[in-house]
Amino acid sequence: MSAHDHADHGDTHGGAAHGSLKGYLIGFVLSVILTAIPFWLVMNGAIDNKQATAVIIMVFAAVQIVVHMVFFLHMNTSSEGGWSMLALIFTLILVVIVLTGSLWVMYHLNANMMPGLHEMRQMP
Amino acid sequence: MAITADAEPVFHLEEEHAHAEGGSTMLGFWLYLMSDCLIFAMLFAAYGVLGGNYAAGPAPKDLFDLDLVAVNTTMLLLSSITYGFAMLTMVRGRVAATQAWLAVTMLFGLAFLSIELYEFAHMIHEGATPQRSAFLSSFFTLVGTHGLHVTFGIVWMVTLMIQVARHGLIEANRRRLMCLSMFWHFLDVVWIGVFTFVYLLGMLR
Amino acid sequence: MSETLTKLIFGRLTLEQLPLHEPIVVGTFIVVALGGLALLGAVTYFKLWGYLWREWFTSVDHKKIGVMYMVLGLVMLLRGFSDAIMMRLQQAIAFNGSEGYLNAHHYDQIFTAHGVIMIFFVAMPFVTGLMNFVVPLQIGARDVSFPFLNNFSFWMTVGGAILVMASLFVGEFARTGWLAYPPLSGIGYSPDVGVDYYIWALQVAGVGTTLSGINLICTIIKMRAPGMTMMRMPVFTWTSLCTNVLIVASFPVLTAVLTLLALDRYVGTNFFTNDFGGNPMMYVNLIWIWGHPEVYILILPLFGVFSEVTSTFSGKRLFGYTSMVYATIVITILSYLVWLHHFFTMGSGASVNSFFGITTMIISIPTGAKIFNWLFTMYRGRIRFELPMMWTLAFMLTFTVGGMTGVLLAVPPADFVLHNSLFLIAHFHNVIIGGVLFGLFAGIAYWWPKAFGFRLDPFWGKVSFWCWVLGFWFAFMPLYILGLMGVTRRMRVFDDPSLQIWFVIAAFGAVLIACGIAAFLVQIYVSIRSRAELVDVTGDPWDGRTLEWSTSSPPPAYNFAFTPVIRDNDAWFDMKRAGYRRPLSGYKPIHMPRNTGTGVILAVFSVALGFGMIWYIWWLAALSFVCLIATAIGHTFNYHRDFDIPAAEVTQTEEARTTLLAAQGARV
Repeated sequence: MSAHDHADHGDTHGGAAHGSLKGYLIGFVLSVILTAIPFWLVMNGAIDNKQATAVIIMVFAAVQIVVHMVFFLHMNTSSEGGWSMLALIFTLILVVIVLTGSLWVMYHLNANMMPGLHEMRQMP
Repeated sequence: MAITADAEPVFHLEEEHAHAEGGSTMLGFWLYLMSDCLIFAMLFAAYGVLGGNYAAGPAPKDLFDLDLVAVNTTMLLLSSITYGFAMLTMVRGRVAATQAWLAVTMLFGLAFLSIELYEFAHMIHEGATPQRSAFLSSFFTLVGTHGLHVTFGIVWMVTLMIQVARHGLIEANRRRLMCLSMFWHFLDVVWIGVFTFVYLLGMLR
Repeated sequence: MSETLTKLIFGRLTLEQLPLHEPIVVGTFIVVALGGLALLGAVTYFKLWGYLWREWFTSVDHKKIGVMYMVLGLVMLLRGFSDAIMMRLQQAIAFNGSEGYLNAHHYDQIFTAHGVIMIFFVAMPFVTGLMNFVVPLQIGARDVSFPFLNNFSFWMTVGGAILVMASLFVGEFARTGWLAYPPLSGIGYSPDVGVDYYIWALQVAGVGTTLSGINLICTIIKMRAPGMTMMRMPVFTWTSLCTNVLIVASFPVLTAVLTLLALDRYVGTNFFTNDFGGNPMMYVNLIWIWGHPEVYILILPLFGVFSEVTSTFSGKRLFGYTSMVYATIVITILSYLVWLHHFFTMGSGASVNSFFGITTMIISIPTGAKIFNWLFTMYRGRIRFELPMMWTLAFMLTFTVGGMTGVLLAVPPADFVLHNSLFLIAHFHNVIIGGVLFGLFAGIAYWWPKAFGFRLDPFWGKVSFWCWVLGFWFAFMPLYILGLMGVTRRMRVFDDPSLQIWFVIAAFGAVLIACGIAAFLVQIYVSIRSRAELVDVTGDPWDGRTLEWSTSSPPPAYNFAFTPVIRDNDAWFDMKRAGYRRPLSGYKPIHMPRNTGTGVILAVFSVALGFGMIWYIWWLAALSFVCLIATAIGHTFNYHRDFDIPAAEVTQTEEARTTLLAAQGARV
């Protein structure tokens, strides 16, 4: 690998950044923590409220995903001239639309159309 | 190369700095990963809608062994960090070290798969087959698709190890290793979703 | 041979699966076989196999691949249209106790095949072909980002088409409608091969489409000529970018849904079954999450065509470039928020229906903005009524009506009456024919000279135009009326004799359209024969405004001897205005990708895999799968995929062009 390649580090690989040992280790430790706590919470039933537990572990999952994106996937706003981030955001928006949309739609369809589950008088 | 104040407007390049070969590869692979993300989103949606339909059959509480899942998760997370180490040695051009870390990554990946296959076999043996209910259909499909991706990643890893052994860490091989890196870490990201929404939330239902 | 052994080797493929008892199919087979043999015989006789393999089938040149896509689309148009004519005829005569000439078993396959073929194997290849051919030229590039993948994508699309065509003669096709809703498409109600043909054809073609989407996005983002910022790209390139974003963001959904259906059919899972917790409504929900973006995939490139054509043939810069770009982007995003309007009547209730009804109405607004922009472009322009412009005007009048009926259908209470009626059929054919098809004919007439070096014959083009436009209106206006009167879609026989007149008018329209197609084929034949008179010498037959018109017709393999530098929108117009002369010397060697046969081979294995899965020939499926993976991996061991076109060859090509231009007295 020539000195020239090392110099335009960012460009040679199309803007994909490289990690450092420190970065990977921080990411790893954070991931371990963010995994261990949710597992512990569920396996030990530490919090009485199941809803609260569910919300907490979902938040931890979201945070850990960000940790992976930053420390392992080296996600940043400049890679590929910003197109990587744009593609990711667009995908995430679509995923949210598809997931919430499907859950909302199917909930209503099930409520209205699944036989025997409702008294007709109570239909919306 | 725009117009300068006193020069003729330039409408073509005299000297061409050739397009770096493979200049689109990283973006292209990232876009492929986004499309793969959507496939997983579909499978999560199916699990979200159908995951509560036990059809009077076994439910998560009856089936999931969180200890095993914790071990599995650890295997995959460790494989992520070892792949990271492989990338660090790759950047410094150290072929043997890179190959070693790739091999370790592969072993962790195989461990992950073995545990998962054991889990599946156990569930099927208990009668919790993919055909038993919509919950189980969507469980096996979501988790199984992730496992298939890991399998494919391992096949790719072996292929790359052979290619690195043959040609060394040339530019083309570095690009490929970086693509596999993205793929491998992406699978770990998906797994976060799986263990959270399938296993942990499943036990909370 | 023992029965077990036969089943092992042939799966569920038996001689009974050949439709020898269906005279229409047998007749079709004879015609196709004879025609096919004649074609193969001619190719062999003229010793063209080597040429075809080297210059076309293994080509990674985006221009050649684009042309091959168009050929595929045209061939499949003939098949898809035959299905349409058969339906029209059946519906025109099946009154007063007559059963018509098609039994239900056959008729149901025809309307299913018609939809599948027209969407996946006519419209998609045509649109992909146009984008493939034009986009690299418009952005000043020499090829797409991934030339090999481009070739592979094409052959996968062909593979899907082969599976659909095979279903005509070996086994049968699905009888479920083009979206194959369960439970009808589940193994219980459709145990035969039809739905499996459907699934595998679409999965094979889908791989090609998705990869092509990634390819074109990367091309547009990474390979634009220097100076061509995003807001200096031609509008066709913008619409291609958004289209390919839609492709990459929607085809995975189709892949996933069809996989779940396949799992239900092959493994016995319960995603969409009626029992064991399955939910067929989930299929409808998921498939339309794909289905709605799909229709925007079909139309957006043609909106781009109309922008190019309107601007060129009005002699004016496009009005409202920025708003056109934003309108396209808004449509792209909004197309993900409307999907439920395809199943208002499935029962999601008022709150859900209102939300999606409103979003559907909102999405018509950016399209309306585009129409106004085109009109304002034409205003005070010097309009030339060449064929592309004629198609554009027909589009404006036709598509607008179709769009308006769409907004009508967007109102849930109205849709409760009109859902799955002939009104719906009329609406979507109105927008697809008026928008996609007219746009394709405009684009073909516009870019044909660039691709082949001679224009299309205007007379036969006009014959085709009038037959199509009149034919469309005669064929589909009656369907609006019938729909409003309550007639349901996909009906084979009718009880009410007062409806017949409308169906007869519709059949007449279909016959006119058939004449339009025939005239188009004649146009191609006549144009090839008269290509000397119709020749395009300068490469710029329309006084175009975008970069593709700066190249020769057809362009050399490398497109541009020197990469252009851009400083404004309508880059070629800008260059002409500045008096730019192409360089006549100083050519350099040009780096190009090699041809490869791997794409063809991978597609062959994919088709074999599909065929094996369809017929339960497990050894074939397994073997093809292994070969597929092995070939793909083997291909990655080839690191030498490029070569250089020597400077001498470039010089020779460019000097030949200079000579030709000078001889014609054209600007050199």
